Amino acid sequence: MVAADTVEKPSGLLFEGPEWDFDKLRRVYDAIEDIALNELGLDVYPNQIEVITSEQMLDAYASIGLPLMYRHWSFGKRFAREEALYRHGLQGLAYEIVINSSPCISYIMEENSMAMQTLVLSHAAFGHNHFFKNNYLFRQWTDATGILDYLTFARDFVSHTEEHNGVEAVERVLDAAHALMNHGVHRYARPPKLNLEEERQRQEDRRRYFEENYDDIWRTALIGEKREEDVSARAKQRTEIRRKLGLPEENILYFLEKRAPRLEPWQRELVRIVRHISQYFYPQKQTRLMNEGCATFVHYEIMTRLHEKGLINDGTFLEALHSHTSVIFQPDFDDPRYHGINPYALGFAMMRDIKRICLEPSDEDREWFPDIAGNRDPYGTLRYAWANYRDESFVLQYLSPRLIREFRLFRVLDEAGNDALIVRAIHDERGYRDIRRSLARHYDLARHEPDIQIRDVDLAGDRCLILTHAVHNGILLDEPSCRAVLDHLGELWRYGIRLEEIDASSDRVLKTHEVPARL
Amino acid sequence: MNIIDRRPNPKGKSLANRQRFIDRARGEVKRALSDALKRRKVGESDGGEKVSIPTRGITEPMFHRASSGGWRDYIVPGNKKFVVGDTIERPPSGEGDGRGSASPEDGGEQDAFEFVLSKEEFLTLFFEDLELPDLVKTRLKESEATQLSRAGFSIAGTPANLNLVRTMRNSLARRISLHRPTPSEIAALQRQVDAAFAADDAEGAAQGSLDLDNAQRKARRVAYIDPVDVRYNRFERVPRPNTQAVMFCLMDVSGSMTEAMKDLAKRFFLLLHVFLTRRYKHVEIVFIRHTSNAQEVDEETFFHSRETGGTIVSTALEEMLRIVRERYNPANWNIYAAQASDGDNYTEDSDRCSQLLGGEILPLSQYFAYIEVGAEATLRHGFPSPPTDLWRTYGQIAAEHRNFAMRKVADPTQIFPVFHELFAKQRENA
Repeated sequence: MVAADTVEKPSGLLFEGPEWDFDKLRRVYDAIEDIALNELGLDVYPNQIEVITSEQMLDAYASIGLPLMYRHWSFGKRFAREEALYRHGLQGLAYEIVINSSPCISYIMEENSMAMQTLVLSHAAFGHNHFFKNNYLFRQWTDATGILDYLTFARDFVSHTEEHNGVEAVERVLDAAHALMNHGVHRYARPPKLNLEEERQRQEDRRRYFEENYDDIWRTALIGEKREEDVSARAKQRTEIRRKLGLPEENILYFLEKRAPRLEPWQRELVRIVRHISQYFYPQKQTRLMNEGCATFVHYEIMTRLHEKGLINDGTFLEALHSHTSVIFQPDFDDPRYHGINPYALGFAMMRDIKRICLEPSDEDREWFPDIAGNRDPYGTLRYAWANYRDESFVLQYLSPRLIREFRLFRVLDEAGNDALIVRAIHDERGYRDIRRSLARHYDLARHEPDIQIRDVDLAGDRCLILTHAVHNGILLDEPSCRAVLDHLGELWRYGIRLEEIDASSDRVLKTHEVPARL
Repeated sequence: MNIIDRRPNPKGKSLANRQRFIDRARGEVKRALSDALKRRKVGESDGGEKVSIPTRGITEPMFHRASSGGWRDYIVPGNKKFVVGDTIERPPSGEGDGRGSASPEDGGEQDAFEFVLSKEEFLTLFFEDLELPDLVKTRLKESEATQLSRAGFSIAGTPANLNLVRTMRNSLARRISLHRPTPSEIAALQRQVDAAFAADDAEGAAQGSLDLDNAQRKARRVAYIDPVDVRYNRFERVPRPNTQAVMFCLMDVSGSMTEAMKDLAKRFFLLLHVFLTRRYKHVEIVFIRHTSNAQEVDEETFFHSRETGGTIVSTALEEMLRIVRERYNPANWNIYAAQASDGDNYTEDSDRCSQLLGGEILPLSQYFAYIEVGAEATLRHGFPSPPTDLWRTYGQIAAEHRNFAMRKVADPTQIFPVFHELFAKQRENA
């Protein structure tokens, strides 16, 4: 230990020891900002750092990470569970929570040591922040400046409605809407930006419109009672109605909000609120791997640079590394700790790999990634990837053979009827593309969540709502949960509901679930 | 960049949601609670209680795919030995499905949901619709202690109690209503006059000086703060209700009391203690055990050490009276007592007991509960056994005193119902 002999305090250190205070935070933030903006070239929303206690962190957990939220028992349930896990020491708390808003709010815990605060600031205030601001999904689908206003509106609207209609009635609608939350998302068309004033105005308009107007569904119901017409005309009429209603529609909540015949205006508004929140989180679900990878990569680079520049001492750096390595730990499949592929681990490894390909490519890399191999611009390449990909396309584009070997990935096939699983591909020449393709598919939400659409409304008859589940690979819906969700759906639709599970390749109806009308 | 310290913000943002959740799960929670209660110690009423309830009624269903059937593939890390074409036996219970723990086969989701109730929540739930008997009787009686309590505002008082906000509000209202010119208005007039002088505008200057003069005079006349504006905080002495209680646990520990009986008694004491802690800020417990003589002991000894000898109940009552006289002045303490026994008593002692209890203890006490424990005693020879000595003795007292109650308990499941019965809000005959 040469260093031990010359113990004089290096003058450049930003801080020493584990205690943090606001001055230190500010100093460290400035140093991090310098590296993040000038060396990594990040582009971030203005930052707002909020120091909170562990209890407040639990609160934040419970309201799915949002700073304001309407009241609902399910958040209480989440809180109770998190608290129990935390108290028993089964689960630590996150060091930070970051909110996709402008300014970008990062919550950091008071229990963190100064080294952890440094890590957390780099991770959240720059890593996640950059990703939120630049990734195309977030840019197109969420509105960082409007979300806090919208949540305020939502919270106030819900409590106002509770006063008018009773907590129980509101809860019934919210329960039902929550059950359909995953099916309350526009997947292909970009939703309009939210604006608090317009929201209020629109809600007011809706109430008035509703009072003044009839509903298509009511009107067209009369057609069924007319005398027999010829079959082709009826079929044509039917398609016409379906077109008018915008069917088929995969955004179930949207359809209910607009078309459900027996909802009160306030009930529609509640459905809309849940739908918007679901939409807000949709990009996050599609970019978990990249988002965490980006943030982890950024904090790793920044901590390394801080250390290289002599701004933090070895102890701080080691503490940060210790935490870093436990975050990116990936147990093997036969390890009891295995819970799927750790997005931090894979995301971070891929980003690092891209940096390596840019700087020190092997022949294999040149063959697989001719356009980036050896381009000597790792940060530019990464910024491009962060901006223009989501998990699925990112894996499909950038997972290198080298990483497949490092993770020793393999593909297993499980077919009902076979007693054994079959290994279909391993980390070898023949397997790389196969594994890459399959892994990318796993990150595709559209394949991951059941594909359910509203196909038709039987306007000529009993207004039965007809849904279809496109069954891929013969995997049906889970029966009890399906029944429960349809029950909730019935709460909103009020007439009969039929869900058909149709095999996507053969169009054969495999199973039908029905819920009677509530009159 | 902003750094904001949110720590002083109010905690418990989730409390309202948590309350709703508990309301929803109420039935299950209550059932789980009475189980949980069996594990507690008498004095141990701080801290929450861990309850675990079945998830029914609080599920949040979503469409999701069945965990079995069909054709699916997984990408898994950590291959050590497999090559293409190898087969792996299907792991039981869907493990190794690449996405961590799978739900049980047919999605039953019956696994329990476990969480911790805070002390408040625990007690609220547990003692829902129970009420302390005769609380009014001595609530304000002879309470010498008083405390200061705010009682609005007054126009007289000491400077230390000056209420600045009220005073200034009155002052402002008066100044506005009397059109007192503000310093800035006066300054503006002054500027006008100066400007007029500077511009050699004699007429303007004269008029300006007049206005200025008027304004200044008015400002002098209407005081900034007038004695009529001044307000003081007012405090009043109010008697403080008795918020301390002492609870006497009396138990027969003679040979005839089995462990099971003691356990029953313990549960009853425990309930009473928790219940009292909810009503009083400060609750003390005194354990008195007796055989043919009585002594005060600690909890451990009370429940777990065995004694031999006959049974003379009056000794315990005497001991209780002695302790009350020594340490717990009835004027300052709410006195509760619970006695548990298998009903045996030395026959000659009965009169003494009823004298002590009816004549001395009950007038001092808020409430006295007697529970008779023991399953085997009630069904001797296949038909109900005759009432025990103590039961007969106490039966007469119960008829005469409202703050005395007696019940029989034969097994743990009856404890709570009995307790409930004793303290239910509308007690009819006890």
